[in-house]
Amino acid sequence: MNTFKEKQAAIIADFDVFDDWMDKYELIIELGKEIEGIIPAKRNDQQLIEGCQSRVWLDSSFSDSIMHFSADSDAIITKGIIALLIKVFNGEKPETIIKEELFFIKEIGLQEHLSPTRANGLLGMVKRMKMDALKHV
Amino acid sequence: MISTPDYIHDIRADFPILQTKIHNKPLVYFDNAATTQKPKIVIDRIQDYYETKNANIHRGVHHLSQVATQDYENARTRIQKYIGAAKSEEIIFTKGTTDGINLVASSFGALLKEGDEILISAMEHHSNIVPWQLLADLKKIQLRVIPIHKDGTLIMDEFDRLLSERTKLVSITHISNTLGTINPIENIIRSSHAVGAKVLIDGAQSIQHGDVDVSSLNCDFFVFSGHKIFGPTGIGVLYGKEKLLEEMPPYQGGGDMIKNVSFEKTIFNELPFKFEAGTPNIIGGIALGTAIEYIESIDRKSAFDYEKKLLTYAEQELLKIEGVQVFGTSSEKTSLVSFNVGSIHPFDLGTLLDKQGIAVRTGHHCTQPLMDFYNIPGTIRASFSIYNTVEEVDLFLNALRRAITVLS
Repeated sequence: MNTFKEKQAAIIADFDVFDDWMDKYELIIELGKEIEGIIPAKRNDQQLIEGCQSRVWLDSSFSDSIMHFSADSDAIITKGIIALLIKVFNGEKPETIIKEELFFIKEIGLQEHLSPTRANGLLGMVKRMKMDALKHV
Repeated sequence: MISTPDYIHDIRADFPILQTKIHNKPLVYFDNAATTQKPKIVIDRIQDYYETKNANIHRGVHHLSQVATQDYENARTRIQKYIGAAKSEEIIFTKGTTDGINLVASSFGALLKEGDEILISAMEHHSNIVPWQLLADLKKIQLRVIPIHKDGTLIMDEFDRLLSERTKLVSITHISNTLGTINPIENIIRSSHAVGAKVLIDGAQSIQHGDVDVSSLNCDFFVFSGHKIFGPTGIGVLYGKEKLLEEMPPYQGGGDMIKNVSFEKTIFNELPFKFEAGTPNIIGGIALGTAIEYIESIDRKSAFDYEKKLLTYAEQELLKIEGVQVFGTSSEKTSLVSFNVGSIHPFDLGTLLDKQGIAVRTGHHCTQPLMDFYNIPGTIRASFSIYNTVEEVDLFLNALRRAITVLS
């Protein structure tokens, strides 16, 4: 099992091979298509994080001392970034999720997606992932 | 075949920001309905004011204050003449369109009584909805909404039906910021006046796309923002008929809006100062005057005609792309196009266009009721101005095709 840091380093390496932004986004879109997400019938208002541009649904659970997340979005790029965040956060102890630094987003140049002005629901999602983890500390 | 005329290239050269590169690609700025770029003359004016003229206005006897006051009031007069108002007293400086509507909602609203009605339309920007909702709650008045057809035009029969002696104000946008529809405001003003209702025209979009003459329109209020007509942000204008403005109580209290203050009784200043409490956005007003001066200096009739041709070309080419659906298909339309492509989320397309240097707006454009009407989360909106070129439209279309391929 990779550590929180190693998982992030692996994602950075995946993105490092691309110079063109469009190629990076093609990878994000692929990742968005691959993850299971939450099918519309199973979505509910408690899971919803309303963004001005796109909407995000997040479901979290806690078992065997670790956190499990599933999430979805109506926008595929948002969903692709969700896939990356879930890859990093899933299977981690609540303490790790709260305390460890989330650096890969900035490293691969996607920080604009986690800025308050982007309004795609992702910033709210990360906050809620941490809040959910906090319940189990 | 359309091509970019030389005079458009000349206008373009006046706007320094248009030479910028975004993500190493030449900037294609198609978000002009959100804000327009500023010509060098406006930028220089702002710098020059702070370097050589900065002073507070209306009070000082010293030289700088006199100069600044004169410049500020000259700007007011220039704006008055540009929009065809009878007197400079009818030009109230505001923070922008939203501020102007809120001023009217507060001060004209103070004259309304329970049971009165205000009429807006289904295509209004949130800033021409929410102030009236707040007022409706406060004064127990009714807010009524003129519905629209699928093509994004008003259902005028419904307007006629909703309009009555109870209607005290019709507050309506001249041009829809989301659909581009140009509303038949001349008819609306005439019919409204026939039942004794006043009319506020939201000119946020129309001010940059054609000449406005408030006197021949005969509207009671006209509001717009400076930043949408090549001026700075934080400054706007409320035009109101003098008689109406005289009847309305002040909006905010403070300095500049008073003639005499005592604890027993305060006498308010005359127009326009009655509505301009506190130190105003001095340089904003002056630079807006310069922006108007700029528009007056170009062949704007040709430029506005060219904008329409650019829209026709963009729409025609867009519709050749499979899956494109345009929202707002009125024959009376200004230079913006709102669209979606198949089931692709507008946020995804907007993100990929940005990475290719194309600045468009995605989302609900502050018109959520309109999005509900079309049952969509948002649209992509490309909005043009007098400095945009045919070549830019082609860059945009190519970038869009590439984004669609990646997302499909």
